[in-house]
Amino acid sequence: MTSEMLQVIAEDGAPSHTEAPELSRDQLRTIYRTMLATRELDERGLKLQRQGRIGFYLSSKGQEAAHIGSAFALNPEDWVFQSYRDPGILLLRGITFEEMLHQCYGNAKDNTRGRQMPVHYSFKKVNCNSISSPIGTQIVQAVGAAMAAKIRKDPIVAMTYFGDGGTSSNDFHTGMNFAGVYASPCVFVCENNGWAISCPVDGQTASTTMAAKAEAYGMPGVRVDGNDVLAVYRAAKEAVDRARAGKGPTLLELVTFRMGAHSSSDDDSRYRSEEMMELWGRKDPLARFRQFLVRGGFWEEGEDEELRQSVQSELQAAIEAAEKEGPPPLSSMFDDVFEERTATLEEQWDALRQAYEQGSVSGANVGEFPL
Amino acid sequence: MATMTLLQAINDGLRLEMGRDDRVVVLGEDVGLNGGVFRATQGLFEEFGGDRVMDTPLAESGIIGTAIGMALYGLVPVPEIQFSDFIYPAFDQIVSEAAKMRYRSGGEFTVPMTIRTPIGGGIRGGHYHSQSPEAYFAHTPGLKVVVPSTPEDAKGLLLASIRDPDPVLFMEPKAIYRNTKGEVPEGDFTVPLGKARIVREGTDATLVAWGAMVPVAEKAAEACAGDGVSVEVLDVRSIIPLDEETILESVKKTGRAVVVYEAPKSCGFGAEISAVIAEKAIEYLEGPIARVAGFDTPFPYTLEHMYLPDDGRVRQAIKDLMEF
Repeated sequence: MTSEMLQVIAEDGAPSHTEAPELSRDQLRTIYRTMLATRELDERGLKLQRQGRIGFYLSSKGQEAAHIGSAFALNPEDWVFQSYRDPGILLLRGITFEEMLHQCYGNAKDNTRGRQMPVHYSFKKVNCNSISSPIGTQIVQAVGAAMAAKIRKDPIVAMTYFGDGGTSSNDFHTGMNFAGVYASPCVFVCENNGWAISCPVDGQTASTTMAAKAEAYGMPGVRVDGNDVLAVYRAAKEAVDRARAGKGPTLLELVTFRMGAHSSSDDDSRYRSEEMMELWGRKDPLARFRQFLVRGGFWEEGEDEELRQSVQSELQAAIEAAEKEGPPPLSSMFDDVFEERTATLEEQWDALRQAYEQGSVSGANVGEFPL
Repeated sequence: MATMTLLQAINDGLRLEMGRDDRVVVLGEDVGLNGGVFRATQGLFEEFGGDRVMDTPLAESGIIGTAIGMALYGLVPVPEIQFSDFIYPAFDQIVSEAAKMRYRSGGEFTVPMTIRTPIGGGIRGGHYHSQSPEAYFAHTPGLKVVVPSTPEDAKGLLLASIRDPDPVLFMEPKAIYRNTKGEVPEGDFTVPLGKARIVREGTDATLVAWGAMVPVAEKAAEACAGDGVSVEVLDVRSIIPLDEETILESVKKTGRAVVVYEAPKSCGFGAEISAVIAEKAIEYLEGPIARVAGFDTPFPYTLEHMYLPDDGRVRQAIKDLMEF
């Protein structure tokens, strides 16, 4: 199947059949740094969950090339409607570890005010959506944003991310159909990581490829080696340029692998063999890109350790900052339901506050809350 | 003032707001050239063009999902769901996405969208053109639910809904789309969400209703007046937020409450209103809170008029309560 996919870097780091995209030394190094930082964040995040310091975690290990390579093709003003396995996009767009960790801890400095499980980030300041747990819901919303940009004649592209499981969702088909009909400036990025929790891709679709689904909606579908960051970037750049030029949407299928379990609550040894893990371990996108960079003189082997150390100390500082913060105030539970609290919400808050102050709320045993 | 039907008032409100605010867009099935199957969007396509009045593919979740994306981007979408019976494919986008966006993003992302959809029976539409699904949505934190019953309110509440910073489900009682005429102020005005309307004052019992049940309640109240019973009629106008104050004030005055609604009786929004009255005004009651509602059956075709609450059933409920 490899021959059917765009591939710039072969698995051993050597040049493959697809021509490399034009990227400067600085750009190549930025992509690699972001990939490595994402991997480090992932490993640390999972550990924090295992240590009981955060409640949950969703790993992105193995999918760094796919989501970072594609998002690198966007302008900063473009919109991203991502899923929960794409944290590198936020790092690429300037969100800090500390901002992300506040969210994972659901603390008073979490910009989403402790409202969602860890890794369900929302950063409007970098045009990145509020991440939803239900699969595929962001896809139609991305199309709507792209339609809005077109209506307003803004040169803006919306890029949306989902997995192979996401292609079975109602919102995938509806979103693809709407985008085709309106020729919306939207790029659909399917990170085909082979697994929807325990369901393998052949249990998800009878299509020969995910890219093939594009044809039915009247748009090009491109199949790419999703562990090859340069092939991903190349395909994404073409799709983004095409969208921005008013030529409509594209579906990208990035063939990759979820190297970790679905989430911190999942045991993937129940449904995946060690051989499979080893096979895909050899295709690690980070190692492959490093080999390419070293081979081309863009990166020194020794730089890895230096970068890893600086990322780790940055992460450590972010964790310490996040752990210093208490929970959000109790009253905040009643905020942001609507712009203004209704009389009913005020009444319910008053009742809870009184009960809390009287000491009659057993839930308060988990800790003190600022009011 | 101009005399309009409820439908004309909605059309007038949409035209006014689209002219006033170029972020307002309309989308839905057949809303463009055709002007909507009920003609609520008639003339808007010609006046504002295809970029602002969009005919969509036939997928309700797509209509609402894309409208959410437009709202996130900065537009003010007014999507139409052709019949509220068809709204369920969009349930997830309405309930888990639009309604939760402000909360789950810590107030960063908002969805100022008004979903218009016709509700209720009385047009011989059978199960799939007659439902009143307001209670499903009223149970959703983050969503406002509005039901007008007069042309003036239809325009004023619609303008308030479109300008509201949060998502609003604007449910239009289709049975009285064309047969209710009334004076409607020309130009711009709003009717605030969350304020009930006292339709008729009375001292012996309170009828609480919304949408197409308001004229039914009025007719029953008129008949009760002939029976020597003075009935107050309230139109809640917005289900969420609910104007508890006006309802409780009235019930405390009359001592009797009957809630009238078209939806199946069990777990309908009348159950919530009954609970509020029981919680906060039980000591004022002279008898049990009554509900005159649709039955816990699917909406029937042939027997529609036996299913729908009518003035006779409402009058009987009041009589029973007076004799309690």
